Amino acid sequence: MKILIKNAKVISPKDNLDDVLDILIEGSVIKDIRKDINLNVDKLIDAKNKIVMPAIVDMHVHLREPGREDKETIASGTMAAVHGGVGSLLSMPNTLATIDCIENVRLLKDIISKNAKANVFICGAITKARLGKELTDIEALKEEGVIAISDDGNSVDNEELLLEALKITKRLKIITIEHCEDKSISKDGVMNLSFVSTCLGLKGMPKEAEYKRVKRNIELASKVDAPIHITHVSCLESVEIIREAKKRGLKITADTAPHYFSLTEDAVRTYDSNFKMNPPLRTEADVLAIKEALADGTIDAIISDHAPHTENEKEIEFDKAEFGVIGLETELAVAITELLDKKILTFNELVKKFTENPARILNIDKGGLTINKTADLIIVDPNKEWVVKKDFFFSKSKNSPFIGRTLKGVVNCTIISGEVAYSNFD
Amino acid sequence: MKKQDNQIKWTRKDLLDLESLSKEEIELILTTAESFKEVSKRQIKKVPALRGKTLVNLFYEPSTRTRVSFEIAAKRLSLDVINISVETSSVRKGETLIDTGKNIEALKVDVIVVRHSSSGAAALLARHTNLSVVNAGDGWHEHPTQALLDIFTIKEKLHRIEGLNITIVGDIAHSRVARSNIWGLKKLGANVCVCAPEMLLPYEVEKFGVKVTTDLDEALKDADVVNVLRMQFERDIQSAFPNQLEYFKKYGITEERLKYAKKDIIVMHPGPINRGIEISSAVADGLNSVILEQVTNGIAVRMAVLFLVVSANEYLKR
Repeated sequence: MKILIKNAKVISPKDNLDDVLDILIEGSVIKDIRKDINLNVDKLIDAKNKIVMPAIVDMHVHLREPGREDKETIASGTMAAVHGGVGSLLSMPNTLATIDCIENVRLLKDIISKNAKANVFICGAITKARLGKELTDIEALKEEGVIAISDDGNSVDNEELLLEALKITKRLKIITIEHCEDKSISKDGVMNLSFVSTCLGLKGMPKEAEYKRVKRNIELASKVDAPIHITHVSCLESVEIIREAKKRGLKITADTAPHYFSLTEDAVRTYDSNFKMNPPLRTEADVLAIKEALADGTIDAIISDHAPHTENEKEIEFDKAEFGVIGLETELAVAITELLDKKILTFNELVKKFTENPARILNIDKGGLTINKTADLIIVDPNKEWVVKKDFFFSKSKNSPFIGRTLKGVVNCTIISGEVAYSNFD
Repeated sequence: MKKQDNQIKWTRKDLLDLESLSKEEIELILTTAESFKEVSKRQIKKVPALRGKTLVNLFYEPSTRTRVSFEIAAKRLSLDVINISVETSSVRKGETLIDTGKNIEALKVDVIVVRHSSSGAAALLARHTNLSVVNAGDGWHEHPTQALLDIFTIKEKLHRIEGLNITIVGDIAHSRVARSNIWGLKKLGANVCVCAPEMLLPYEVEKFGVKVTTDLDEALKDADVVNVLRMQFERDIQSAFPNQLEYFKKYGITEERLKYAKKDIIVMHPGPINRGIEISSAVADGLNSVILEQVTNGIAVRMAVLFLVVSANEYLKR
């Protein structure tokens, strides 16, 4: 199968591409990228006024399978991924059975090989059952194909354990991802601690719970000179700590999710649990700080933290509802709307946060448009406005905080390994 | 009331909080309550205002006083009343709040009065049903009818709210009564002071625009009204107050304490009172106390609220 994409604005920072070009795909690889390719092909796509970029690399996704197939499956989650322009994703280990042993990795790999419509990479747990008591066999997990480790949802409280894990991951050249939350501070809070939580009568989670743990983790990583990745940064103080650490030349990287640069805690005033996530939505000042951090490179990557939950778990009392929101299908559009349109990032920088940077952090050969390499790319209409509706989502769950919002930017087509995985072209 | 105020109409199907109400809306409830107060003094204590309508009291937390007050208010408006308490309902069988609400709606009920331990529970019911929902206390959030009856009582005694110094003493952090009172009183122009030990003050409480102090004498000094909150010792405050007596010594409202306050200070309490914990018997039963008048006024205020929300919903449905 030969696919020719004509007249697209091709942007791939990894390959220094930023020009109107044609792209020829043959089989599973990109065969040529240059001006004026004219050939007889099986499929010709005119992408005039559209952007072609590498498919998104989303390094923080919860696919829920095995165990909670009522929320999401590998099949539905990867359908949602390609619908949102995500070609590669890192599947977090906090499934019902934690991905903390090779048997579970094998089980997951088996489901992925049968059902995945996008590239699914596996993140293993740092500690068994993510309980923070005993390290997993990280080396064995790696040999089985795990490319990162995290106790996501929990932070590793025990410093010695985390240090040990950092030494191992440094030697194995895989990345440790930390969900930064000191639960002795956040306790049973359900939203950001602030005057808003006071008004709403909801228990607050102080920002200290996040940034003190960010600080500790950076110190630990620097002790053993190991890289560490801080996920879902949500507040100003964390940004400042990371910025400072980067200045000192430490091997630290960080990501944030679209809700942290587009929504504030004021959204919780409706008691709609689609605005309940962990870390929680913060204040206007934090949103500004996150945007600044994206602009100056303090935050390297944008993730979805796609966290599907059923209506039974969400359409209930706010304090009893699950934490988390879906995001695979809206992350690019929210970023275009909030970062590109508001001139926080150029398109080139935006693409970098979604592709080159996460691929580099995960050390995977993705996130680029390179001749003779696998063709994972998306065609995007960056100017089209649309209103997010519940029935838009391919995800099994509909817990999006963006329902009802007008966003800019539509993914027209997602090509994975040279095949059209999703397209809304007629 | 100014002439233009007479023209404001009540358009809400629910009463969920006082935070979102305008000054005019609060005043409308109070004037409506004034006209309903007379009903309870009649030989036949009933008007046909809401005849043929049905009210469900849906209580997820134990309450006698508020539930009975709503029930009496409803009956005096000729509403039919059903009481559901959590012990006897299918909630025990795992039904969600929204499902319970929708089932009650399917029974062609007109108004739900809900009390729930989760903040925002009343808002959730209001969003997912077309019923009128009256919040009878949700978590630590709000208890609007309690604040309205407190304000009604103050106004009856002192003929105004604007410019009065009103002190609220007790567990502000976990009190829905405090939050509703602060919103309502501030909107009507009162100077509000909250007084509690540090750990019972909510985060950034000063942003309500209230005076904040941990010193009871200071809080009482210029107060026209002191509203004493019920202390719930089951909460984790034992560390600050090893026993109830210690709390009483520092924050209990006693005759001794009131010697340094204005002579005619009004003492209020939302009930049920803990004698010897937050208030002495002498003060609770004394001349300054209006605690039982609050209970009486609760009927008129709740009649007004029920009448306004049910009428508005009737209009909205048409």
